[in-house]
Amino acid sequence: MNPALLGVFTIFVGVGGCLAYFYFSNVLLDKVIFPAKGIHAGRNINRAEKVRPWLFLAPAILALGTYLAYPVVATIWLSLTDRSQGDAFVGLANYRQMGLDPKFWEALRNNMLWLIVVPAASTAFGLLAAQLTDRIRWGNIAKSIIFMPMAISFVGAAVIFKLVYDARPAGTGQIGILNAVWLQFDGGIGSLIVLRILPILLLVLMAAGLALLAWILIRPVVKPDHRRPGLIETLVRLLASVVSVLVVLACLRGILAAVGGTYPYGVPQQWLTIPVWNSFFLMIVLIWIQTGFAMVILSAALRGIPEETIEAAIIDGANPLQIFFSIKMPQIAPTIVVVWTTITIVVLKVFDIVYAMTNGQWQTQVLANYMYDKLFRSNDWGVGSAAAMVIMLLVTPILIWNVYNARKEMR
Amino acid sequence: MDGMAGGKSSLSWAVNISVVVLVLLWLFPTVGLLVSSFRTADQIAGSGWWTAMLPQERNETLRTDRPGDLETIPQVDGVYVVEGNLFVADGRTEGGAAISAWGTGSLAIDEFVPGDTAPLDDGQAITVQENGDYVWTSPTPQEGRGQRVFTTAATPPEFTVENYDNMLFDPSNREGMTKAFFNTLTVTIPATIIPILIAAFAAYALAWMDFPGRALLIAAVVGLLVVPLQLALIPLLRLHNEIGIGKGYLGVWLAHTGFGLPLAIYLLRNYMVGLPRDIIENARVDGATDFQIFVKIILPLSYPALASFAIFQFLWTWNDLLVSLVFLIDSSGDTTVMTKQIVELLGSRGGNWEILATAAFVSIAVPLLVFFSLQRFLVRGLLAGSVK
Amino acid sequence: MATLKLTQVEKTYGGTIDVLKDINLDIKTGELIVFVGPSGCGKSTLLRMIAGLEKISGGELQIDGQVVNDIPPAQRGIAMVFQSYALYPHMTVRDNMTFALKLAKKSKSEIDAAVSKAARILQLEPYLDRLPKALSGGQRQRVAIGRSIVRDPKVYLFDEPLSNLDAALRVATRIEIAQLKESMPDSTMIYVTHDQVEAMTLATRIVVLANKGIAQVGTPLELYERPQNEFVAQFIGSPAMNLLAGEIVATGPETTVRLVGGGTATAAVATQASDMGLKVNVGVRPEDLLSVEPGAPYIFEGKVNITEALGEVTLLYFDRIRDNDAVIGKLPGIHQGLRGTTVRMTARPEKVQIFHNGQSLHYR
Repeated sequence: MNPALLGVFTIFVGVGGCLAYFYFSNVLLDKVIFPAKGIHAGRNINRAEKVRPWLFLAPAILALGTYLAYPVVATIWLSLTDRSQGDAFVGLANYRQMGLDPKFWEALRNNMLWLIVVPAASTAFGLLAAQLTDRIRWGNIAKSIIFMPMAISFVGAAVIFKLVYDARPAGTGQIGILNAVWLQFDGGIGSLIVLRILPILLLVLMAAGLALLAWILIRPVVKPDHRRPGLIETLVRLLASVVSVLVVLACLRGILAAVGGTYPYGVPQQWLTIPVWNSFFLMIVLIWIQTGFAMVILSAALRGIPEETIEAAIIDGANPLQIFFSIKMPQIAPTIVVVWTTITIVVLKVFDIVYAMTNGQWQTQVLANYMYDKLFRSNDWGVGSAAAMVIMLLVTPILIWNVYNARKEMR
Repeated sequence: MDGMAGGKSSLSWAVNISVVVLVLLWLFPTVGLLVSSFRTADQIAGSGWWTAMLPQERNETLRTDRPGDLETIPQVDGVYVVEGNLFVADGRTEGGAAISAWGTGSLAIDEFVPGDTAPLDDGQAITVQENGDYVWTSPTPQEGRGQRVFTTAATPPEFTVENYDNMLFDPSNREGMTKAFFNTLTVTIPATIIPILIAAFAAYALAWMDFPGRALLIAAVVGLLVVPLQLALIPLLRLHNEIGIGKGYLGVWLAHTGFGLPLAIYLLRNYMVGLPRDIIENARVDGATDFQIFVKIILPLSYPALASFAIFQFLWTWNDLLVSLVFLIDSSGDTTVMTKQIVELLGSRGGNWEILATAAFVSIAVPLLVFFSLQRFLVRGLLAGSVK
Repeated sequence: MATLKLTQVEKTYGGTIDVLKDINLDIKTGELIVFVGPSGCGKSTLLRMIAGLEKISGGELQIDGQVVNDIPPAQRGIAMVFQSYALYPHMTVRDNMTFALKLAKKSKSEIDAAVSKAARILQLEPYLDRLPKALSGGQRQRVAIGRSIVRDPKVYLFDEPLSNLDAALRVATRIEIAQLKESMPDSTMIYVTHDQVEAMTLATRIVVLANKGIAQVGTPLELYERPQNEFVAQFIGSPAMNLLAGEIVATGPETTVRLVGGGTATAAVATQASDMGLKVNVGVRPEDLLSVEPGAPYIFEGKVNITEALGEVTLLYFDRIRDNDAVIGKLPGIHQGLRGTTVRMTARPEKVQIFHNGQSLHYR
């Protein structure tokens, strides 16, 4: 059958089937099994009410169970078996094999980098864009444009940025904008300012900010003044401050490189083949996509702040920066957490961008693509499933946090 | 705070300029691809797309008309003369480009200025004017191919829809997007509609019906919201093969339905919980059954939430690569979707930007259209889904 | 057209937390019963239990002699007007009013007749094809009432129907409801409010709910003039009734109480000789306090702390004396210059209540 016809047919069967199921199962319940008539009318109605929710839920539970819950269990099992030995149970052999694969560690390391950079940058840009666009008249148009990449597929974005990063041999006209800009630098005073002094300033600022953040995070643990934080909070604070310190160290290394490194001026660069840097160039694609999301949500949160608190701060003599950091930020902190975790999940699942742009070459591998590689190219279901379990493991803290919050809210 | 006393206008300028910069940064990459898709392969390879709006200084190799094609070569004052226009001979229109320099050898392409006469071998000579008119003289009749002329010319901006024509309407083009476009549509529409229906009923039950285990189910939905679908690939592919669905549309529809449900249920439940309790109780007092309440009260009132989820699911299924790769596309390639087609092109035609850009834009166009026309629903859905 | 009987009705959440218990109430055909009480007293819960929107945890509810504990709302023959009106926002006024009738599969002519009658009574005819959002608050309120009228129910239930209206509209709509009730003398109505004025003006009988139970049931004037206990005494009337501690010093058809503050109160409440020396609280409403000339017997003497001139009356706030609550007096007309002076006040014996352990001696 023609797939288009099949599609139309499926819509009818699917939609009609769903509606028919819901309608007839309800009729069956009310008219046949527990009729609301006769001496047991009251009792029957009550019983029907007990059964009805499950009628409404059945298709959803079935689909969720089959397509999400069952695979989790099945993947755990697959990661413990070996397909080539007839699905025999092999314990942790797959994990051991994965642990010996340098590509896995490369993917894990890159994923960690992605996990730090992308949510942070997207949230920061989103917050900046939200704060700025809310204050100008054409803000909505600006928002629309920054939000637009949300609609573009990862693959489409990959093509878009491949053009940006495109390189032609030296001497011919560059058609990738990045190389065209790069070739403008010739080692003169302009290059000195843009490529050395500016990055150094930015890195110093960032390092200082992060060091401050690390101190704020760790202070209640080291010097508790009012109350000692609980065990989980202590652990989270320690972890977050360790990450901040690591990033500070990375910033310092970046400063050293910017001071002493040599730049290949005048030579067009194959940006996606330069290890470490290329990961950042891939991340830019995701940041470009996710910033709009962060902006929309943070903008709503900013507008949700009671105007009176800001007016009170103005009358109290706070300057715009103080208002932003002391009045606005604390009030939107919960939203920032939501945005951050949502983007974190997107990052953990990121597959298409790497698959389409480098396919993990030149040390850009990430877990999702590594897993796909093992599953469908090496046909190694065991290691592939083990990699999937690593992704699941990384998602789990967020899962628990979300469930915990949802339950708290319902009470 | 606009009307506040003592506001600084310089600050407002700084804000405006920062936003302009930000917007340009965000717009630039997409515009690059869009502009490129309307340029010819030569133009794309020859210069950056940002110069497309300006007249371009371009080096070209052109040829005069083929003397072999002429029936007779006119003789003037004892020399044979071939006259014409270089651009017309190249199949273009006269008058667009202006030649600034030209030459007859590849080593000296800017040897002459327009109006000069260049000597050629065997006593021949050629004169080229700024508009491309040439006069080629020879003591003996010219024959064979036309004379090569290297030109440096400023050509006006030029755009073409030929790339789209090739991509969409050329049935012989194996790299065409038409089939993939319709395949994508076939995947998308059922995969958008069916989960909405299932999720709406479930969301109503979770929002407004009282039964043991409700809180647990809601927690489960919230949990499944973040389960990476990577986990589902192998077990489900195996399941599909075992129950005979195999790779195909049915499988991909089911998979998209399953993967879309948590968000659908979560969004719709959040919205439905916010509907006024009184209205639902009033309907109950009015004698409506749960099914009637759902169909006549809840569904019409949840329209905005349904719309926002529909947009999400549409964008997600339209833009998806992984699920289609695993559940749909078999070795025959008949069921390929646009994202897959583009990835293939990236591999095989990595440098052919006219093909890549056009293909990418064909696949981006529909979501962009949906995005700009239904943006407010999308925003509302995002807010319902993430801000508490 | 219907009677209601509540027997030992109770409501518990989670099997342990009592909300209401031991509710016994007989409602006769044609009565307009008002439930009042402080917020959280369970008055809305009780109404929703009668409607069938909440399960009855214990006891029995009868409508027209039939036990309806397990009957769903739609089959109880009730109609309800919600505080938020609960109009279906996506349906026109007409569709809102006919929704229930269509669900009950009534004939078209029947539906049309019912709608046009209700629209005429409530002056909604010009608005029948509008959506609720195009109506004013008062009009929405009338649609909500119209929606219940068309169903011709045995019992009308109103859940604080006026609390979303502004003050002026509230008065107007209150009068409309009173007129509506008069035009339908046979219909039974139950009305929940926290507004005393609504309760006093609309009710045939008022049910005061407090402490998970019924504090008193009676006509508005009974509640005002002879409150059964201190709670009702202080809940009905504004400002609340003054309570002054004292001890019975003379018994008989009239009782005399010597008050802690030094004054003496005589009440038209009969007591026996055995009540001599009983510790009691004397209750006098601020509006019943009269100023007296020096030398005459008085109930209360105190220094005026603050006065509030409202025009028609002047409120006098006295200093607190010992452990009594601050006493408030309400004198008709304008009285300037009383602030800081010491004033003696008394009241007529039939206006004075005596409570022992919170219960009125009148009802012994």
